[in-house]
Amino acid sequence: MSLNSIGRDIPDSHVGSRLLYQGPWARTPEGLRHAPPLGSIRPGDSKIIPSLREAIAASGLRDGMTVSFHHHLRNGDHVLNMVMEVIAGMGIRDLTVAPSSLFPVHGPLVDHIRKGVVRGLQTNYALGPVAEAVSRGELPTPMILRTHGGRVRAIEAGELAIDVAFIAAPAADPYGNINGVYGPSACGSLGYAAADAQHARFVVAVTDNLMPYPLRPVSIPQTRVDAVVVVDKLGEPKDIVSGSTRITRDPVGLLIARSAAEVIDGAGLIKEGMSFQTGAGGTSLAVAAFVRRYMEERKITASFGMGGTTGYFVQMLRDGLLRSLLDTQCFDLEAVESLRDDPRHVEVDCGYYANPWNKGAVVNLLDTVVLGATEIDTDFNVNVVSSSDGIIMGGSGGHADTAAGARLALIVTTTRRTRLPIIRDRVTTVTTPGETVDVVVTETGVAVNPRRADLADRLRERGLPVVSIEDMKKQIQDLTGKPSPAAVTDRVVALVEYRDGSLLDVVYQVKQD
Amino acid sequence: MRGLRRSFLFTPGNNPAMLLAGPIFGADALILDLEDAVAPGQKDAARILVAEALGKIPYGGVETVVRINPLSTPYGEDDLRAMLKAGPDTILLPKAEPRALAQASAMIQEAGAKTGILGLLETALGVETAFECGGIPVVTGLFFGAEDFTADIGARRSAEGLEILYARQRVVVAAAACAIDSIDTPFTGIDLGEDFFADLEVTKKLGFTGKACISPRHVEGINRALSPSAEEINYARRVLEADAEATRRGLGAVSLDGRMVDAPIVARARATLRRSGLDPGPASEPAPGPAWGQTPERASGPTPDREGERP
Repeated sequence: MSLNSIGRDIPDSHVGSRLLYQGPWARTPEGLRHAPPLGSIRPGDSKIIPSLREAIAASGLRDGMTVSFHHHLRNGDHVLNMVMEVIAGMGIRDLTVAPSSLFPVHGPLVDHIRKGVVRGLQTNYALGPVAEAVSRGELPTPMILRTHGGRVRAIEAGELAIDVAFIAAPAADPYGNINGVYGPSACGSLGYAAADAQHARFVVAVTDNLMPYPLRPVSIPQTRVDAVVVVDKLGEPKDIVSGSTRITRDPVGLLIARSAAEVIDGAGLIKEGMSFQTGAGGTSLAVAAFVRRYMEERKITASFGMGGTTGYFVQMLRDGLLRSLLDTQCFDLEAVESLRDDPRHVEVDCGYYANPWNKGAVVNLLDTVVLGATEIDTDFNVNVVSSSDGIIMGGSGGHADTAAGARLALIVTTTRRTRLPIIRDRVTTVTTPGETVDVVVTETGVAVNPRRADLADRLRERGLPVVSIEDMKKQIQDLTGKPSPAAVTDRVVALVEYRDGSLLDVVYQVKQD
Repeated sequence: MRGLRRSFLFTPGNNPAMLLAGPIFGADALILDLEDAVAPGQKDAARILVAEALGKIPYGGVETVVRINPLSTPYGEDDLRAMLKAGPDTILLPKAEPRALAQASAMIQEAGAKTGILGLLETALGVETAFECGGIPVVTGLFFGAEDFTADIGARRSAEGLEILYARQRVVVAAAACAIDSIDTPFTGIDLGEDFFADLEVTKKLGFTGKACISPRHVEGINRALSPSAEEINYARRVLEADAEATRRGLGAVSLDGRMVDAPIVARARATLRRSGLDPGPASEPAPGPAWGQTPERASGPTPDREGERP
C-alpha cells in the first residue's frame, strides 16, 4: 500500500507508473499535446456513410481499441447503446469505452461487459446498472473515474487515447459541421464532445437531423469530422433536457441556501463583476435565487455565470444580472433556446472550462462555486462517487475542478440523508480533496475549513452560526449513530484520478450477500 | 427551555424527518402535534415517536410544546401521561375550557412536573372564560385557535377576519390581565404573500405576544414583527443606563429626554430587551416574577416585566 498526501491507501499493484496525489497543484505538465494523425478529404469525397456498421468498418476499429461518447443527451441517449450493439455484432472485443458520463439508460453496456466486448471503462460520472456492475466487480479492469477537466487533460496528454469518437449530433450538415441547438434531440452546448473531436483518430458524427451545408453555428467543425451517419433517432427528448428546473420548496433546502448566500456575501464575493457557478439541483438554484436578491438590492452585475445552465441562470442573463453565461451543457429547454438565440450565452468546451493543463481554464476565474456532497469528512474531503454502502453512483464531473479553481468552494448539504449521516470521520471515497473545500453549509450551521480562519472570523462577525466540522459531525452522529464502513473486498474496481491525473483514491468491490 | 415566545411552529408528530428538522427554522417554540396532524389510527405511534424525539433530538433553545388530543377524547389522558414522562416544556391543550385545564393542571402538579400549559381557546366557552382559564395554575399562556372557534360559533372564516376580531381581543386582554402570554392563531396559507403579512399586522396591532404558524417560511416574519424595533431596543438600553446611573447616585428617579424614568419605565425597558433575545442584566432591585399558577389576584403585585410590555 502507498499513502497519498491526504492519507488514502492506494494498493501498490495499481500505482505502477502512476503518481500519487500530492496536492492540487503538485504536478507540473511536461511534454507535447497528443494529436490525431493527419488526413485529408478530397474534392468530391462524401462524408455521408449509410450505416453505423459501415462507418465503424471505415474507422478501422479493432479489438482492444478505445471508443468515446459525450453525455449531452444525458439519460435520453440512444447513441452509445446503438453503436455498441453494432460493434458487438461485428465481433469486435476487449474495447475500452470512454463516455464523458454514464447514465441508467446505458444499462445494455453491462451485457457487453459480460460478453467481453468491453474490457475497460473511463468516465467522469457513472450512475445506474453499469456503475452497479462495476461495483460488483464485473469489469475485468478497474474503471477510471476522472473529473471533467481531468478527462480533457488526459485526452490532450495522450493518457486517454481515443481511437474512434462517436459524436451524437442533434444537428449536422453533410460535411460534418455539428451543433446541439437544432432538431428533435437538441441538447444545447456540446462542450464535452470537443476534446474527443479534436484528438480522436477517427470521428463519426451520428445525427437524426441532417441540415443543409453550411450549418451555423458550428460547435464542432467539419475539419475534425471523418464521417456522418444519419439514424432515425438520437434519443428520447424528454430525458435529454427537462422541461424546466425549479428552485426547491423544501424548507430545509431553502434554509441551507439562504445561509450559503450569506456565506458568499460574508466572504465579500457579491460585488460588481463577480462570477459564480451553481449546480442544477433545487438547493443550488435556491442559492442563486438568494444571491440574486443581494445583486438586485445593490444593483450588481456579474461578469459571468458558469454552467451547467438552467432557465434560472438564463433569466438572470435576460434581466441584466449576468453580462454573460459560459456554458458547457444545458439542463433545460430554456437554456437550449437561450444558447441558440442570445449571443451573450456562450458555448465553451470542457477544456476551456476546467482542464488544469492548458493556458487558463474558466474555473480559475470563478469567485464562488456551490457544490453538493454525498459524504464529507472532518478533513473536508468530499465524496460524490460512491454511496455509503460502497456502490458507485456518481462521479466528480466538475466538482474537483471547480473546487480547485474557485476562490470560495462551498458545499451545501443536509447533515443526514434518511438515516445516514453525511458528515463522518472518513469518507468512503475521496472525490474532492478537503484542501480545496472552503466551507460546508448545512441546516445545523456553517463549518469553515481551518485553512480559512480569516473567513471564519468574518462569518462569525456577520452572525452566522459557525461551528467546527467535528461538532457538526458529533451533533448528527449523536442522532444517527456512527456509520459502519462499507462492506467491501480487497479488489479494486475503480481508480479515482485527480484532475492532474494523480491517484486520489480507489473504489473497492462491494461484498455481496 | 422557555425563552422568547414570538413564533410557534406546528410540526406533525408522526413525521420523523420534520421532527428532526423542526428546531432549525428559528422558531422560538416548536409544537409537536399529536392532534389534528395525526390520523386516529396513528395516535399511539405518534405519541411514542414524539416522546422519543423529546428524549433524543437536541432542541437547544427552542421551547418544546406538545399539542395533545383533547382530554375529552380517548387519547387525551394517555397523551398527557406519556408527555409528563417525556418532559416537554409545555403542553398545548386543545378545546381548553376551565374544567379541562384544571384537570390537566392537576395531573401536572401531581406528577411534580415542570411542564407548563398553553390553553388553546377554540370554543365559544373557552374564549368567554379566557380570564378564568388564564388564572389556572401552570397555565403560561392563552392560544387562540380560529378554525375550530368559527366552526363552534357558526361563522365562516374570511380573509379580513372580522368574525374572529372579538375573540382575538378577548384572548389578548385576558392573557394580559393574567400576566401570561397570548398566542394568535396561525395564518393558514403556506405562501409568503400579502395576505400573510396583513394577518401578521393584525396580530401585532391587537397586542398578541406570539403567533403560531404552519410553515417554516412564516417564522422569520413573525419573529421580526413581534420583536421590538432597533429604536425601541436602543431606547431601552438608554433607559437602563440612566436607571443604573440613578442607582449609583442614590436617586429614586432620573430624567431621560425630558421624561422621568421610574420603575414601570425601567421594567418596560427590561422587557423590551428580553423580547429581543437580549440580556437586560441584573435588575437593580429584583422583583419576583410570578410562580407557577400565581393568578393576578394571588400575586403579590403586578409583574413588572409583563406590565412593562403593555404601556
